[in-house]
Amino acid sequence: MSDVREVIIIGSGPAGLTAAIYTARANLAPLVIEGEPSSTSDQPGGQLMLTTEVENFPGFPDGIMGPDLMMRFRDQASRFGAEILTEKVTEVDFSTRPFVVRTHDQTFSARSVIVSTGAQSLMLGLDAEQRLLGHGLSTCATCDGFFFRGQEIAVVGGGDSALEEAIFLTKFASKVTVIHRRDHLRASKIMQERAFANPTLEFLWNHRVTELEGDTKLEGATVENVLTGEQHRLGVTGLFVAIGHRPNTDLFARVLTRDDAGYLVTAPGGTATNIEGVFACGDVQDHTYRQAITAAGSGCMAAIDTERWLEANGH
Amino acid sequence: MSASITTLTSSTFDETLQSASTPVVVDFWAEWCGPCKMIAPILEEIAKEHDGKLIVAKLNVDDHPDLARRFDVMSIPTLLVFQDGVAKKRLVGAKGKGQLLQELDEFLAPTSR
Repeated sequence: MSDVREVIIIGSGPAGLTAAIYTARANLAPLVIEGEPSSTSDQPGGQLMLTTEVENFPGFPDGIMGPDLMMRFRDQASRFGAEILTEKVTEVDFSTRPFVVRTHDQTFSARSVIVSTGAQSLMLGLDAEQRLLGHGLSTCATCDGFFFRGQEIAVVGGGDSALEEAIFLTKFASKVTVIHRRDHLRASKIMQERAFANPTLEFLWNHRVTELEGDTKLEGATVENVLTGEQHRLGVTGLFVAIGHRPNTDLFARVLTRDDAGYLVTAPGGTATNIEGVFACGDVQDHTYRQAITAAGSGCMAAIDTERWLEANGH
Repeated sequence: MSASITTLTSSTFDETLQSASTPVVVDFWAEWCGPCKMIAPILEEIAKEHDGKLIVAKLNVDDHPDLARRFDVMSIPTLLVFQDGVAKKRLVGAKGKGQLLQELDEFLAPTSR
């Protein structure tokens, strides 16, 4: 354990990998602890790993698949010497110097840490959810859409991700109902226009899902009108959840300052957290923009902030 | 792909599972599934490290939707562990190596079956 690293980056979405590219080019030999595979957005590469075509990342006029984009980020970081470890951080100790970062079976120490753990999908919070996840209930349209060819399914949510999933799913399903608890969408205009023009998409406004049916696979869902309390049943065999995200900050609960929604608080106009030498970037500290490009931008900021801090502190 | 991973098709599926002398982990996957790609290298490592005790095989659900339907696969990656041709365990969703090995532990006993 005598090997003290200059910087450890926790997380490997656009923010973490951009920080890795910049710190690697600054000869800081970053270690990126990228996380472990999962079928949620809490995985190496982050939320983009579950998306299809990314059309708004500058430099890709014809669009690029989310996982391909993240593979490119990763390759670019590796090219400059970033070391990437496919494990999950289980514990951090920021009360000692150097800082200590632990995974399941390894312990690392570093002079500085960049936190870019991102955010993961919110679930509905229903009893049957765990049982039916992967059996009709899904958080990954790109993984599971294929299995609902010719079937009637629903998507819950009203943001860009919900509409992207819904539009993608119309390639397979005979009918896709978007269930949204309000009477208007949060999604961008271009996504709304595409969704409204899609003949296979229907909207169920002012409704929420209250119950899921089925023992071994989803057989239907009960929805409730949030204005009248009236309930009815939808005979859907697939239900895709895209109701938003929560930041992955459980690891830092008692250590780093968080806001009421659990996001890490950073210094205005910068990436410094309340602990000197610990920086945060990407969706873990951003509940306003939450885009791949803003995450990447803040990853660059964190790398530069880290480099300057290390320099100022005599490393 | 590594030599230690078998690629299954509709015509080899049943025979491979019936004739295997060790448990067989079948990975239901597809090209367009990000999480499937993430676990592919982990499965290759597991196949190499447990050569002789476990067979790892891949089934492309795009090419063989019939088999995906037969085993009620509705989400990928899904791993089905077969012993003597019978599905004994189902793991849905991508997982890290440690977690996968833990789930497969019961099939990795030194004198398996």
